[in-house]
Amino acid sequence: MSKTTEQVRKSLKARYSSEKRFRAFGITAVAFGLLAVVVLFTDIISKGTSAFVETYIQLEIHWDPEELGIDDPTDPDQINVADYDALIKAALRERFPEVEGRLDRRALYQLVSSGAGFKLRDQLAANLDLLGTTQTQWLLADDDVDIFIKADVEDRQSKRLPEVARPWVEALERDGQTDIQWNASFFSHGDSREPEQAGVWAAVTGSFFTMLVTLALAFPIGVAAAVYLEEFAPKNRFTDFIEVNINNLAAVPSIIFGLLGLAIFINLFGLPRSVPLVGGLVLTLMTLPTIIISARASIKSVPPSIREAALGMGASRMQMVMHHVLPLAMPGMLTGAIIGMAQALGETAPLLMIGMVAFIVDIPGGPLDASTVLPVQIYLWADSPEASFVALTSAAIMVLLAFLITMNTLAVLLRKRLERRW
Amino acid sequence: METAQKLNDTAQTNPAARMAQEPETMNQRIPYPERTIGKPLCDDPKMSMRNVDVFYGDSQAIYGVDLDIGKNEVIALIGPSGCGKSTFLRCLNRMNDTIDICKVKGSFMLEQDNIYDPKLDVVELRARVGMVFQKPNPFPKSIYENVAYGPRLHGLANKKFELDEIVESSLRKAGLWDEVKDRLDQPGTGLSGGQQQRLCIARSIAVSPEVVLMDEPCSALDPIATAKIEELIDELSGQYTIAIVTHSMQQAARVSQRTAYFHLGRLIEVNDTNTVFTAPEHALTEAYITGRFG
Repeated sequence: MSKTTEQVRKSLKARYSSEKRFRAFGITAVAFGLLAVVVLFTDIISKGTSAFVETYIQLEIHWDPEELGIDDPTDPDQINVADYDALIKAALRERFPEVEGRLDRRALYQLVSSGAGFKLRDQLAANLDLLGTTQTQWLLADDDVDIFIKADVEDRQSKRLPEVARPWVEALERDGQTDIQWNASFFSHGDSREPEQAGVWAAVTGSFFTMLVTLALAFPIGVAAAVYLEEFAPKNRFTDFIEVNINNLAAVPSIIFGLLGLAIFINLFGLPRSVPLVGGLVLTLMTLPTIIISARASIKSVPPSIREAALGMGASRMQMVMHHVLPLAMPGMLTGAIIGMAQALGETAPLLMIGMVAFIVDIPGGPLDASTVLPVQIYLWADSPEASFVALTSAAIMVLLAFLITMNTLAVLLRKRLERRW
Repeated sequence: METAQKLNDTAQTNPAARMAQEPETMNQRIPYPERTIGKPLCDDPKMSMRNVDVFYGDSQAIYGVDLDIGKNEVIALIGPSGCGKSTFLRCLNRMNDTIDICKVKGSFMLEQDNIYDPKLDVVELRARVGMVFQKPNPFPKSIYENVAYGPRLHGLANKKFELDEIVESSLRKAGLWDEVKDRLDQPGTGLSGGQQQRLCIARSIAVSPEVVLMDEPCSALDPIATAKIEELIDELSGQYTIAIVTHSMQQAARVSQRTAYFHLGRLIEVNDTNTVFTAPEHALTEAYITGRFG
């Protein structure tokens, strides 16, 4: 055995062990990351799933015109302002005749959600024949009842439901007069002070409009800027300066963009507060650097030989860019846009500055209606004292993640389609 | 300082610029001729260039070159690496316009038209003077689209069948038709290197140019593919004027009628190919073709 071979053998051992060590580090890091994701998802899903269903209470509603205060059923005004809560209170008194005293009665009335009367109103407006009849109705329960019913029996002691109301709820449960149903209002309502009536749909549409504005502005502007800087701009001090500034902008904290939006778009241009249009403009400013940088990188990666070939065939610079450079760079640009949009979708801070944190109940109908967005809604609910909002927060996070995954999947599919054209 | 930086940037992408910065150490003992030896001019020129100087920033890449390219002839431009032959070739269809710091002086005539006339459209020029590059660079599109790109760009074919005809005849001329006729819709980038280069030739002759410039078209190919391209050049030589830059003296000898020898930016000698390779007049030419440097 020669001396060299011996030397090599000695060093081999150290080399192998360092390789093993490195691999172990890698596996640990990946495992740690996966564990974190699993913990996060289990936590969110375990907390959030209960918000997708809610508790209903069965009551015998007697549609008494006198109690309602309706003497002329053909008058829509009377139908609108009638006291439907009185019907519910009467039904509750009837179900629990033993409850007496002002305080106990008040606790009794609070078993049913304060929004339950609207359901009765809608029913009556649709069918005036109900007046005078008696009917079995499933009415939305209050959030305290909801939490109590959903909780395991041994956990119920710790819930917020008043001591006096517990036997009533248990009685209802025993008689099969409680039911847990799919929470459709979560996906159709806006925000509410009552957790059982709060929904995420206003925030989803708000996010949708905001993203629409952001995408419609940031992508074309970003791509145009990148194309100009890469293909047309002369390389001089001025363009270097612009490049440095774009890179710097990418690192600016997002709340600064919010302040900028507040000062420029709202104070200077007089655009309305809390609207997706302004939110989209602010997020456009925020995502532009990301999109420009990634678009420039993907334009740079188009081989120069393709450019020469196009120019050699007599294409103008514009044609070269449009026919060859952009199609080849498009997948990379889309990746950048996805990253930018994902960032924008999850952004809260700049939107707080332009008033999208307001309490908004109505579903926005367009980018000029006041609205909020999903991450801000999550922030608002996480900040609310009622215990039911914990589940709502997690459920909203799940919706946000689903929104994000859908968006990314769409973009990836789009990219695949473009790539297939080699 | 700034110019030097720019020069460096260009040097990475352009071989001629790289050359221009190198000190002139090669065979300083042999003096340059005062004017080009042999027959740089001809009676019936397709293109004629006079007093051509090319600069990359502050350094000069080509010094006072006079050269005619005859009608339907194949002229080979040879010389050691970085002697300015590619730079010269790229001046002929203004491909050097794309390099910011490149300055071109002198007169360039394509028949009666001044190539560097500001009124002359570079798009029209490049339709008349096509180019094939060193590395095969088909577009990442189908074979059909590759060939159809030029005719479409210049509006040479209005109907589908006209375009089909142009594509077929161009591919036939490039000797590629039989190999690809069943897969015209497949990507041009999926062909072999030699096929890709022939596709690029087909693409450039699809617009029926008057002159085809070839910048070392075979340097990235194996001998068999090279032989095919050379055959093709031979066949095309009757219909097109071809200027070919090559590193291979054998190739120059095989395909060209005239050969021009460049040395460090100067055109040393132009003669019939036979003369250049059998009885070079200038000592530098002789030194190059006998392999003393290059």
